[in-house]
Amino acid sequence: MADISANFLGIRSPNPFWLASAPPTDKKVNVLRAFEAGWGGVVWKTLGSQVKNVSSRYSSVNYNGSRVMGFNNIELISDRPLDLNLKEIAECVRLFPDRAMVVSLMADNNRESWHELIKKVEDTGAHGLELNFGCPHGMTERGMGAAVGQDPEIAARVVEWVMGVATTPVITKLTPNVHSVVPTGRAAVNAGTHALSLINTIQSVTGVDLDTFVPNPNVGGQSTFGGYCGPAVKPIALKMLTTISQDPVTAKVPISGIGGISTWKDAAEFMLLGATTVQVCTAAMRYGFRIIDDLCDGLNNWMDEKGFKTIDDFIGRSVPTLTNWEELDINYHIIAKINQDKCIHCGLCYISCEDGSHQAINLSYGKPYNTYTVKDDECVGCNLCQIVCPVDNCITMVEHRRGDEYLNWKEFQRRGLPLNDH
Amino acid sequence: MAVHNNRLTAEEYEQHFSDIHPPFETRDAALVEANRCLFCYDAPCTKSCPTGINVPKFIKQITTDNLKGSAYTIFSSNIMGGGCAKVCPVEKLCEGACVYNLMEEEAIPIARLQRYATEKAIQEKWPLFERKPSTGKKIAVIGAGPGGLSCAHALSREGIDVTIYEKESKGGGLMTYGIAAYKVTPQFCQDEVDYITSIGGIDIQYNKELGKDFTLPDLQQQYDAVYLAFGVGLARQLFIPGEQLDGVVDAISFIYEIRNNGFPAVRVGDQVAVIGMGMTAIDAATQAKRLGAKEVTLVYRRTQQEMPCTEAELNIALLDGCKIVWLAAPTEILGEDGKVSQLVCNLVKLEDAGGARRQPVITDEQIILPVDMVIKAAGQMPFEQLVYSHQLSNDHGKITTTCNGVTSIAGVFAGGDCVNGGKEVVDAVQAGKDGAKAILEYLQNERC
Repeated sequence: MADISANFLGIRSPNPFWLASAPPTDKKVNVLRAFEAGWGGVVWKTLGSQVKNVSSRYSSVNYNGSRVMGFNNIELISDRPLDLNLKEIAECVRLFPDRAMVVSLMADNNRESWHELIKKVEDTGAHGLELNFGCPHGMTERGMGAAVGQDPEIAARVVEWVMGVATTPVITKLTPNVHSVVPTGRAAVNAGTHALSLINTIQSVTGVDLDTFVPNPNVGGQSTFGGYCGPAVKPIALKMLTTISQDPVTAKVPISGIGGISTWKDAAEFMLLGATTVQVCTAAMRYGFRIIDDLCDGLNNWMDEKGFKTIDDFIGRSVPTLTNWEELDINYHIIAKINQDKCIHCGLCYISCEDGSHQAINLSYGKPYNTYTVKDDECVGCNLCQIVCPVDNCITMVEHRRGDEYLNWKEFQRRGLPLNDH
Repeated sequence: MAVHNNRLTAEEYEQHFSDIHPPFETRDAALVEANRCLFCYDAPCTKSCPTGINVPKFIKQITTDNLKGSAYTIFSSNIMGGGCAKVCPVEKLCEGACVYNLMEEEAIPIARLQRYATEKAIQEKWPLFERKPSTGKKIAVIGAGPGGLSCAHALSREGIDVTIYEKESKGGGLMTYGIAAYKVTPQFCQDEVDYITSIGGIDIQYNKELGKDFTLPDLQQQYDAVYLAFGVGLARQLFIPGEQLDGVVDAISFIYEIRNNGFPAVRVGDQVAVIGMGMTAIDAATQAKRLGAKEVTLVYRRTQQEMPCTEAELNIALLDGCKIVWLAAPTEILGEDGKVSQLVCNLVKLEDAGGARRQPVITDEQIILPVDMVIKAAGQMPFEQLVYSHQLSNDHGKITTTCNGVTSIAGVFAGGDCVNGGKEVVDAVQAGKDGAKAILEYLQNERC
């Protein structure tokens, strides 16, 4: 059995799975249930100035019968009294000393407020702090949340205030509602943050009700932009994570990865792209804390299969393979191959290639079953047919190199090699 | 042993004849199945439907909550898509071709989804089709069965005024009179006919029979063209001794009686033998059992490999407790006091004759089934006399046509069972469409 425990700036947890700052971590009763279920840690729902929430608060994107492909919320930071939160945090730390307890913070935009809040929180015995520079709704209008994270200068200033008093590790949580997360990430690191976490939710409208004409979620006939999360945002989160992992400044600090993580596979992908721990929210909101079993189990079995003894053996391993387009090898060429024994004749490869790609699949009429074969000379190796094929391993992409040597675009141009003539 | 009616209570009749393929109870249930559909291109299910319903399209339309579009997709290919969803042998048509079968997975329940998409349209009478302004052209259709109704609807859409002459008092043809009641109710059949004719321009004259109440030349004079869709109807005789005994009935009349007179009125024996193994034989056997017969035995001269009914149909009979005797040829029906008492069958063995199929050879070995009722379901005969008397070119009473239902008489078209000798409802619907197309072309050319 592999060792899946995590050590994040000295914050230890028996596994790398933390619950993200959100409703599942807003009170003792939830957090104790999560710890009992086996979660490695929690980031307590953001504490700050007292707020009031509305009803309703959530909406989702469903696709082809799958519910909650994407999810959004317009809930604000914790609306419970600060003292109650602090008391409960201390109790949770006492009852589960082996679990990570990080507290998310969003103080009013001045040094005194931050200092006061940090002192109170550190008195609970919590192991670390996460600065919420990412909440995209409600708080931004007051100059907090994403309003901070979207401006590297303001972010740096707040981090400096925090570092002036913090005695526990400080994680700065980045907003994705920017063209690049790197400038704010750099500013935070330069201002002294010990770590980064990303992504917070993405501003969104999940849809419009076609009967009432009011977008979701409906609050008495009105709506507002919400924060988008869930499986749909994972690819965006992975890209942003990679840019942080590759930047020479931000790469110096550990990262806690967030964004649509639902399974151990998602978690492994975040870790391969540089995350030391991962944070989960939507999946736990949808299915409950019991999903932790498979998260741990699946990761462990995969690590055993791959021969990884600890998570450090693979964290960041895939980062160097993501490169600029112009570094890619033009001589690498693959051609689709359809296994006729496995083919069920659905024609999806044909029509997607014919209408959507490079007209490289031949249809030979049959009643009721057509036969589909690849025109090797026309196939550009785009993967589309393999992606749409409903049968596993029916279509494989077979390597047919155009040349033995590695040849990238820059070299291709330098040599003045010929472009396509069709 | 006796043949009598009123064997069951009202509740029992209702239970025995309730819908064998219940619909989806909820939209969610339909969506689970609809979302499984892969949306195949040039889909095998569509190619296996005689009317070519665009199955992936109508299923996709269910998933997008475009139920009107879905119903239109179905009805525009098959105006009896509602009834076909209940009576089609889908296991050998669309569902049998579903690509999931090739993955060893359950096929998409296409019929059930088709029912989901069409039922509301029929119940709520959605006006999905618009009739073009009247052209003044008049067509007579003989028979308000699937072929005639399909042809009439297609013609009416093009602004043709159609009069259908139907010898029975209700429309729907074999859908109404010749199919097991647990597949389609009389009310549904009526609703379906009403829905089809709701487009307007279709007048059905009931209780009017060709050759009796009017002749073909009469119609040729009054109308611009005539479409014959009078089906088949006469039960094939067995030509064995005892066929005239009391208690021997043919399956067509038996089912007609059930559909027309109601369950309690129909007489059924204690021990019933059904001769044949086609769809009609199954419908007769299962309904005899459901009417209260104690024992029903299907007798077939060949094996399961050759049986004309589908496996799904056979399973209905087996689940109803019907017995099957394979490889037995009825040779004589014996009686007491003019009433059936025994069915004598000679056993058949299959012998290699050098060909791919083994030849059945009747042996001397006999079995005797004690029965008080024999239902003959050995196939249906065309209305030979009707066809001969009108000098229609034919093949043993089946009207012969060139493509699209053109007969040997100018301006007279034909399709459905009276041409093909007896196929599925869905085949007749397609024949009606083809006939309408040919008639429209004929009218076009006449005009020039």
